[in-house]
Amino acid sequence: MARFSPYDNNGGTCVAIAGADYCVIAADTRMSTGYSILTRDYSKICKLADKCLLASSGFQADVRALQKVLSSRHLVYQHQHNKQMSCPAMGQLLSNTLYYKRFFPYYAFNVLGGLDSEGKGCVFTYDAVGSYERVGYSSQGSGSTLIMPVLDNQLKSPSPLLLPAKDAVTPLLENEAVDLVKDVFASAAERDIYTGDRVEIVIVNAEGIRREYIELRKD
Amino acid sequence: MTSVEGLLVCEQDSQRTLSPYVTGTSVIGIKYKDGILMTADMGGSYGSTLRYKSVERMKSIGKHSLLGASGEISDFQEILRYLDELIKYDDMWDDGNSFGPKEIHNYLTRIMYNRRNKFDPLWNSLVLGGVKNGQKYLGTVSMIGVHFEDNHVATGFGNHLARPILRDEWKEDLSYEDAVKLLEKCMRVLLYRDRSAINKLQVAKITEEGVTISQPYSLKTFWGFNAFQNPSKGAEGTW
Repeated sequence: MARFSPYDNNGGTCVAIAGADYCVIAADTRMSTGYSILTRDYSKICKLADKCLLASSGFQADVRALQKVLSSRHLVYQHQHNKQMSCPAMGQLLSNTLYYKRFFPYYAFNVLGGLDSEGKGCVFTYDAVGSYERVGYSSQGSGSTLIMPVLDNQLKSPSPLLLPAKDAVTPLLENEAVDLVKDVFASAAERDIYTGDRVEIVIVNAEGIRREYIELRKD
Repeated sequence: MTSVEGLLVCEQDSQRTLSPYVTGTSVIGIKYKDGILMTADMGGSYGSTLRYKSVERMKSIGKHSLLGASGEISDFQEILRYLDELIKYDDMWDDGNSFGPKEIHNYLTRIMYNRRNKFDPLWNSLVLGGVKNGQKYLGTVSMIGVHFEDNHVATGFGNHLARPILRDEWKEDLSYEDAVKLLEKCMRVLLYRDRSAINKLQVAKITEEGVTISQPYSLKTFWGFNAFQNPSKGAEGTW
C-alpha cells in the first residue's frame, strides 16, 4: 500500500567558482522525480543579497522553504543594519538555519557564492545539516560526483593545511571559469539523468550580476 | 508503558491520512491563446473499485482561478473549504482587491508543505490555472509541497502519458478548438492505458472573462483492434 514519505529527490546540480574579483554560480534547470521530468525550466539559483547567491538542489519543497527563511531573515537584517548582509555572514546564517532542523533536516544541498566585503570571490559549500566550509570552488547535487573531480583536476586549490594560509580563489580569468562551468555541465548531463535541459550561469563581479544560459541534453 | 509502545499507540489513535481512500486520477492543464484549459475525468476510485462516477474534480476559486485535483477526494473538498474561507475573508475588506492565481497557488503550496511537515499530508496533486491582468498562470503542487509553473502540467499517470504528447504538440497560441482536441487526445490515451480512468470527463476553461466548466461528456473510443479483442492469440502457452 502507498506509504507516506515526507521527502523526494528532485535532482539537479550546482557549481560555484570563486575568482580574485568575481564569482560564478551555476545550476541546471531540470526538476525531476524518479524517472520522470517534472519541468525543464526551474531555476535553482536564488538571489539572497546584491552580491550573494544561493544554488540549491535536493528536495524542491525544502529548498523553497529554506530560500524563504533566508530571504525573510535578510529583510530583517536590512531593517536593523541598513545594509545588505555580507556573503560570509549569509554563509553562517545558512549553516545555522540548516542545523536548526538537524533532526528533521531540509533535504537541500547548497552552494553559496558571491563576493566578500573586500570584493573577492567566495564560495561556501554545505551538507544538508549545516556543516560548511569556505572554498575556492565546489559542486553539489546529483551530478557533483561527476563534476567535483574535474574541478579538482582543473583548479587545484592550495592545501588548506598550508601555513601561512593561502587564498582558495582560483587563478582563472572570469571567462575561463564560465567556459569551464559550461564544459562540466555538458559532461555531467551525458551521464547523470537528473542533470540536463539548460544551465543557468550567474556571474557576480564589481559591475554587478550577469546571467547566461546554455542548452543541455534534453533526454 | 515503554516509550516504543507509546509511539505505536500514538500511531493507532492518530487521525492522519496514512494512505488515501477515495481517489481521483490524472488532471491535465494547458495554456492556450486566451487562457487556461484543464481536464479531468469524473471517477472516484475506492482502491481499485470504481466507487463514484460523478465527482467534480475541477472547481473555480475566486474570480481568477481554477483548481483541479487528483488524489484523495475528501482532502480536496477540505482544501476547497480552506480556499472558500480565505476568499471570504479577503472579500470582506471590500477594497476591490482580489487574489490572483499566483497568490492562490502560493497559498496552496504553503498549506501542502505545512501539512507534510506535520506528517499529516493532504493526499493530493493539485493543478492551478488562472488569468489575471492578461497574465496566464498555470502551476501545480504535490502532496509534499513540490511545486512549479509550466506551459502544460499533468498529475499522476498524466505526467507519464500525457506530457510527452504535450511536449510534442503544445504551442503558445493554440486556438480553443485545437487546445480541446489536444486535451482529448491526451485523455483518450489515459483512458486506454490508465486503469482507473473513466470515459466521463469535463473540460474547464478560464479566461479573462471567467470560468466555464463543461457538462460531463465521453470520448469516442475504438476497441476493435485485434490485440484488444483477442489479447492472448498467438502467445505461447495460451489458448
